Amino acid sequence: MITVRNVCKSYPTRSGLKVVLRNVSFDVHAGEKLGILGRNGAGKSTIIRLLSGVENPTRGHINRQMSVSWPLAFGGAFQTSLTGLDNLRFICRVYGVDPESKVSFVEEFSELGRYLREPVGSYSSGMLARLAFAISMTIEFDCFLIDEIIAVGDQRFHDKCHVELFERRADRAMIFVSHDINYIQAHCQRAAVLSDANLTMFDNVPEAYEFYLAQ
Amino acid sequence: MAADNSTTSLWRSWQLQRRVIFALLMRETLTRFGRHNIGFLWMFAEPMMFTLGITALWSIAGAKHGSDLPITVFALSGYSSVLLWRNMPSRAISSIQPNLALMYHRNVKLIDIFIARLLLEAAGATMSFFLLSLIFIYIGWVEPPEDILKVIAAWALLAWFGMALAILLGALSEHYELVEKFWHPAAYLLFPLSGAGFLLEIVPEGPRDLLLYLPMLNCVEYLRDGYFGSLFTAHYSVSYVIACNSVLTLLSLAKLRQVSRTVIPK
Repeated sequence: MITVRNVCKSYPTRSGLKVVLRNVSFDVHAGEKLGILGRNGAGKSTIIRLLSGVENPTRGHINRQMSVSWPLAFGGAFQTSLTGLDNLRFICRVYGVDPESKVSFVEEFSELGRYLREPVGSYSSGMLARLAFAISMTIEFDCFLIDEIIAVGDQRFHDKCHVELFERRADRAMIFVSHDINYIQAHCQRAAVLSDANLTMFDNVPEAYEFYLAQ
Repeated sequence: MAADNSTTSLWRSWQLQRRVIFALLMRETLTRFGRHNIGFLWMFAEPMMFTLGITALWSIAGAKHGSDLPITVFALSGYSSVLLWRNMPSRAISSIQPNLALMYHRNVKLIDIFIARLLLEAAGATMSFFLLSLIFIYIGWVEPPEDILKVIAAWALLAWFGMALAILLGALSEHYELVEKFWHPAAYLLFPLSGAGFLLEIVPEGPRDLLLYLPMLNCVEYLRDGYFGSLFTAHYSVSYVIACNSVLTLLSLAKLRQVSRTVIPK
């Protein structure tokens, strides 16, 4: 379970303190799928960063009683002068997983072929996204953080991602943030709406959507 | 699965940190030295070339270091020391921003990024000093150290000093860009004062006492005392260096803690 209690987050700007989240509280139980709707700039990515632990709240507590992933398919931590394989090895070592046991999976899943042994800097954005998704699937977590829709590669690759994440890992908790109602509706039982630094929880997605539209 | 923060024992933390630092170390080694030609051997080949060059130059010029000491051991001990304490801060300054995205992997902390970088730097300088000593001793240009424990202790103290200074300047450079601008001239100007090119026994007592406020100068004298102490009178204070290093370490960790609370990965 993840418990978020009275979390506030504000950033100093030139024109004073900008409050992004005000007294946000919610729980995420094992296996639960929670969607967070919000317009551009509402603070969706800030919530994801706080949940992932890369940033700390200004006030309040986030207690993680289960392991929480980094934002899914995040490729920003890649070292571009290293090969895809070296980057995979790094992630595996950080999480205490034997890298060599994951090579064949990533090789096959990412469809990168011999490019897996080329520097990541030479990849196209599509290749980068495929590698990032494949690496995200090598470490097991109880809860996955999903920032925006994972639209990676062609339809076939898309389907593969779907199977890997939503079918094989259907028992895990997932937290989605998006401005796309269809996406949230397809995957979540519960949804929340982020607006004016407040998070409003709803027991079902249609209610959340109604509130979201009224904003 | 294990809870994230409720059952974290000290032993588990240590295992975790070792794992993260090892991963960073491998990543850093590959990034810096690659797999081309001699690969990671550059780690100490590069400092060795520096030291060899300086040794050759000083030997040819017959540098006036104030005594009739063999020039090779003098240059070897002096320049190796400079490489050790000077390169670590250079690697640490402005190293936070380019590595910030790594923090998305929650177990990676700023201190791990620094430790991995600095270990690599210290290992390179140490291997260079060690190998050159072996080679010079083997071909007879340098006598074996008179007191090897003193040499090791002095080297360790100097590495400690370099690391603490590096983390402090690295953390400060995140808030003040001026640190980077000032470090290069400061390092350059401190080089002649650091004892690499002279022995303290030729310095009159007044200026000598002033110079002894420099921790690295104490370390170099201590190191040389261990290497060829019977040939000159060394001046240094080990307790002063330990006190300096302790204060620097405390300041650097405090500053790093403060910085790690405020950095925002994109």
